[in-house]
Amino acid sequence: MHIIVCIKQVPDTEEIQKVKINPQTNTIVRESIKSIINPFDENAIEEALRIKEKNSAFVTVISMGPPQAEEALRKALAMGADKAIILSDRSFAGSDTLATSYTLASAIKKIGNFDLILLGKQAIDGDTAQVGPGVAEWLQIPQITYVRKIHIDGKMIRAERSLEDSFELVEANLPVLVTVTKEINEPRYPSLRGLLKAKTTKITHWTSQDLQVDLKKVGLDGSATQVIRVFTPEPPPRGEILIGSASQKADKLIKELKKRNLV
Amino acid sequence: MRNEINVIWEKCTGCGRCIPECPLSAIVLENKKAKILPNCSFCGICVKACPFEAIELKRQEKVVDLSEYKGVWVFAEQRERKIMPVTLELLSVGRELADKLGVKLSLLLLGDEEKNVEQLRKYPLDRIYLIQDSLLNYYRTNLYTRAIADLVKEEKPEIILVGATSIGRDLAPRLATRLQTGLTADCTSLEIDKKNRNLIQIRPAFGGNIMATIVSPYHRPQIATVRPKIMKKASPKNERKAEVILIKPKLSSEKIAVNILDLIKEESGVKDLQEAEIVVSGGRGLGRAENFSLIKKLADLLGGAVGASRAVVDAGWIPSYHQVGQTGKTVQPKLYIACGISGAIQHQVGMRTSETIVAINKDPEAPIFNIATYGIVEDLHKFIPLLIDRLEKAQS
Repeated sequence: MHIIVCIKQVPDTEEIQKVKINPQTNTIVRESIKSIINPFDENAIEEALRIKEKNSAFVTVISMGPPQAEEALRKALAMGADKAIILSDRSFAGSDTLATSYTLASAIKKIGNFDLILLGKQAIDGDTAQVGPGVAEWLQIPQITYVRKIHIDGKMIRAERSLEDSFELVEANLPVLVTVTKEINEPRYPSLRGLLKAKTTKITHWTSQDLQVDLKKVGLDGSATQVIRVFTPEPPPRGEILIGSASQKADKLIKELKKRNLV
Repeated sequence: MRNEINVIWEKCTGCGRCIPECPLSAIVLENKKAKILPNCSFCGICVKACPFEAIELKRQEKVVDLSEYKGVWVFAEQRERKIMPVTLELLSVGRELADKLGVKLSLLLLGDEEKNVEQLRKYPLDRIYLIQDSLLNYYRTNLYTRAIADLVKEEKPEIILVGATSIGRDLAPRLATRLQTGLTADCTSLEIDKKNRNLIQIRPAFGGNIMATIVSPYHRPQIATVRPKIMKKASPKNERKAEVILIKPKLSSEKIAVNILDLIKEESGVKDLQEAEIVVSGGRGLGRAENFSLIKKLADLLGGAVGASRAVVDAGWIPSYHQVGQTGKTVQPKLYIACGISGAIQHQVGMRTSETIVAINKDPEAPIFNIATYGIVEDLHKFIPLLIDRLEKAQS
């Protein structure tokens, strides 16, 4: 069995709050922001490893991004992935989700055989959740999104797909593409042995030439959407801070809420 | 041809006026001349900003004749054969966009539930496309994509709006990729640029710290998913009498690919979060998972639902379907009580449109106080039991 996991390097969850706009220049300030593997993608790696442990699978991890994204791939290798491929090329810069999913799908086609493709449900920087279904469409395979449980049985997959107030139990023949939520598992920490192995494993580097992609479909040229402006959201009006002792505040609050017919 | 942007060396004086104008920080000064970096999106703002006409932009030729595309479509989301409230929100914003463009507003309804047609005809729309097939009574990615994509190719709408739900966000990217067109996720505001009929799509990014304005100037249809609970609902008065166009799609059950074996409801109390009139949420200030019982008790007493911040969901104190915020749910209750939540932007995005906000936090500097209608600077472990006690007395 061959599992391919697509991952993205993103700004750290804690540090994402520090992403601000410089009011003078109206541009995004991202200085000194630490990078991590997108947390949902870590769940995808973990799930691939768990399936590998049960069903003896081979796990390939791929990432599109600048050369620094190798760092994310090294961590995936340290967790236990077997092979890592970075898709990095100047022509990929500025990709929207349409161009990104095309590039990832081109790499998956080059890899060839696969049974399962895993991704996190979305990346925490863009929050679009569009790349997974996009890749599935380029590959013309079925997708199951927002999955919180996977069971592989031979050539079949059973999964629980989360909806807002319920979940679906679904079944499909492999190959399929699955995007996972954080409920699915708790990602492992790399072992010392894993870290040592990851240090010496060679990461394959593919460019647009290696992928033989249509240059009109990658990067900015392949992107249907354009970001034309970024700005800081307006601060909402400031309210009233209640004063007095704790019980006075409680009384005041209940009085105000009663006035508004809320209690 | 591909997009090309060049600085005309002889004309550029190195004044730097273009640099602050660029929304992507894609211009730097090098050897006293402007230099455009590879992250340029060819938006053309710098071209207009340059007083010396020193920046030259050659855009990719339009691949499609955009003028062939007319009309605004709204995807009607149904669950268990019922119309979901987000559909009515899409109809109100869809109506505004269609009026600005001077085109028809159409609704896409899939399945064979005829009573939904009658229900929806009461709303201010011009046309209902009823794609009628019992295979479409339940949402399935590939059948829905196929049925809608076929109709889009024939009818050529310029805009399609879809709810940003677990169904809409599964469908829209599949559809946009099949149609090779632009899609913007989770929009919170939509406008029309009258000059070129582009849909101006505004959405939060980077955990809600930043808003981005996105367009798809050379592609049609322009597809957007719209965050539920942001737009107001359309009201049921239609003077137009919507026409109903019946479509019989070419589908077969063999194409289903993913079979749905069962649909299971989550434990009670969960489903209520987005519809609840009162939400009581807990954050890191609770100290540990067990203290959520305090939140639950207050919520029960007020007849409200339990919410949570991302931090406590990440810490595993409570399942993620309680999460309110950018990566969780957006709620808009009459009363939102934030307990021990600092109020990072990512959380605020999901609750700041609540009618009344009460914040309880011992840190007077917590950003949640910036948006609270009533702020209470107290230790929640002391204050909430006191509040519960007073409420119980008041109710008895």
